[in-house]
Amino acid sequence: MDLALGSLHVQTHQPDHTLLMAELDKDRLRRWLSLMSLIRAFEEKAEDLFSRGLVHGTMHLSIGQEAVAVGASSALREGDYLLNHHRGHGHCLAWGSDVDLMMAEFLGKETGYCRGRGGSMHIANVEKNNLGANGIVGGGLPISVGVGLSIKMRGTDQVCLTIFGDGAANTGAFNESLNMASIWDLPVVYLCENNQYAMSMPAQKAFKIPTISLRAAAYGMPGVTVDGNDVLAVYDAVRQAAQRARRGEGPTLVEAITYRWRGHSKSDRQLYRTRDEIKEWQARDPIRRLARLLDMEDDELDEVARQARARIEEAVAFANASPEPDVSTILEGVYA
Amino acid sequence: MREITYVEAVREALSQKMSQDPTVFLIGEDLGVYGGAFGATAGLIQQFGDLRVIDTPISEAGIVGACIGAALTGFRPVGEIQFMDFVTLSMEQLVLQAAKIRFMFGGKARVPFVLRMPAGSGTGAAAQHSESLENWFVHVPGLKVVMPSTPYDVKGLLIASIEDDNPVIFVEHKLLYKVKGPVPEEMYRVPLGKSHVVRPGRDVTIVATSIMVQRSLQAAEQLAKEGIEAEIVDPRTLRPLDDEPILDSVVKTGKVLIVHEAVKMSGFGAEVAARIAESAAFDYLEAPIRRLAGLEIPIPYNRTLEYHAVPQVENIVAEARALAQLKV
Ligand SMILES: Cc1ncc(C[n+]2csc(CCOP(=O)(O)OP(=O)(O)O)c2C)c(N)n1
Ligand SMILES: [Mg+2]
Repeated sequence: MDLALGSLHVQTHQPDHTLLMAELDKDRLRRWLSLMSLIRAFEEKAEDLFSRGLVHGTMHLSIGQEAVAVGASSALREGDYLLNHHRGHGHCLAWGSDVDLMMAEFLGKETGYCRGRGGSMHIANVEKNNLGANGIVGGGLPISVGVGLSIKMRGTDQVCLTIFGDGAANTGAFNESLNMASIWDLPVVYLCENNQYAMSMPAQKAFKIPTISLRAAAYGMPGVTVDGNDVLAVYDAVRQAAQRARRGEGPTLVEAITYRWRGHSKSDRQLYRTRDEIKEWQARDPIRRLARLLDMEDDELDEVARQARARIEEAVAFANASPEPDVSTILEGVYA
Repeated sequence: MREITYVEAVREALSQKMSQDPTVFLIGEDLGVYGGAFGATAGLIQQFGDLRVIDTPISEAGIVGACIGAALTGFRPVGEIQFMDFVTLSMEQLVLQAAKIRFMFGGKARVPFVLRMPAGSGTGAAAQHSESLENWFVHVPGLKVVMPSTPYDVKGLLIASIEDDNPVIFVEHKLLYKVKGPVPEEMYRVPLGKSHVVRPGRDVTIVATSIMVQRSLQAAEQLAKEGIEAEIVDPRTLRPLDDEPILDSVVKTGKVLIVHEAVKMSGFGAEVAARIAESAAFDYLEAPIRRLAGLEIPIPYNRTLEYHAVPQVENIVAEARALAQLKV
């Protein structure tokens, strides 16, 4: 399929949907749909809590990008590693994290994944090899080299999924990391979640090339661009990249083109794009797309969304009932 | 006098200087249509166009390098680092290039640029968006470090910094952006390297920087009700440091409290304390020097922990009171 990005037409990797649908049973795909709905419900709740002044800080919502998180995580196995970025609630949920502990962290509670110290931008779940979101654009990229090196030295067949934005691809860290991972054939999957903007900077202005995956050639690794609103396409591309990594053949750069429906963060007036553009991308809703593939009726989909929202309400109740961190513990946790 | 906010004063200084001097331009992330993460450059792209208000990719080393290269060849760039935390990505260009070029070239080059950056906690942005790293730069010969605490100072110091022929690290504070104060409409300069007595008092000296000047002023009002008169000195420029007003104040009061948001260990307060200890003012001390600073932790996300991680008005009141009441 061709994706129209302004004046550019981008050739994307087109998975064989029929084959994939046959291979993946319907129950599994329904679980993906539920997970995507859960992510959306989490984000909508986060937004709601924010607008009611119940959250202190900032947040970056991934509404509209759910297929990237779910497609990628579903292509990996238990025991693989995750490094992700500031817009990371979806990746974290797709990684199988506990919604209660995530919401508690978002609300700064002691029961949260990071005991309320990290917050929205820093949720990690080290027990599950989720090595954390990152507040620094590109901050996780060099760390992926170390994780890849560690896997290689330990001789396991794990893979490190490293998710970052289009903006991160223009950091110096991107260059150093992809090169190092490539020369040492490290088992890393670099997933660039290209939502076409880095804050207000359109990817079309920040790059002189039509697709970020082209850069893979400069590092001697495969590069592929997929439609990031097609969960099957993301799944297929990440799975192939992971298989290559497990075979010891090194990293791959996967670029998933998607779109962020909301502002960059809470204070974004969105003067850099048009309402029409947002509407156009909302029409390509990744959740509705999967529902269509599953021949789901609207009321069925509504029911999935209702269940997701109910689960999120439980998480909010858990977080609300949780204690705040005790000020007497403020100095804890800096050193091991 | 007309009152405007700190962030408006920043914008006015930029706009007036750009109107007056065609070699001044702005470069950084999201400065144009977005107007800067905190609105400091709002409207300037409409006024000056995208050749003088330049949006960059997320490339902090590149932003500083662009400032250096343009400064070396005749411009006076003003770079912006969106949050002070990210200046860590520009450190090589700043510390190993900008700070040293003039000296290494035998004084035959000039690197006149300003790098603006918002520091500090209090917005719930957590550990990687709340740093106060000013003292990293205070340690580097060749750089100047400016940290304005009021709308009046931020305008005058920014204009003076742009006109300075050296690289200037210009540290703003996120919580100060909305603070209002009197600011003249015309252009004026507040000279770099001049400390300033913000409030006179006889009982205890408070040396404070940035947001802590505002908090110390509030603390001083409470202390005045108890009959304690605090004298507040704001260094404004941390490097070069004008220590005379600080030492004079210590001679007068005999007691000194130093307050800053950055962590205490090797913070700016250590330098101030050492200057006092090395000077004749030492003989006038009636009590040990005290420092109040950020706890030795990254800034926590949780609102209550974040509040307790850095000095607040009540902490300053308590420390200053204890010092003032100490019988010699
Ligand atoms: C090194 C660094 N520079 C700037 C920022 C501020 N910032 C946070 S997110 C962001 C945009 C990131 O864009 P992208 O990588 O495309 O991710 P997206 O937000 O679109 O998901 C910026 C500029 C930062 N966090 N870190
Ligand atoms: Mg982006």
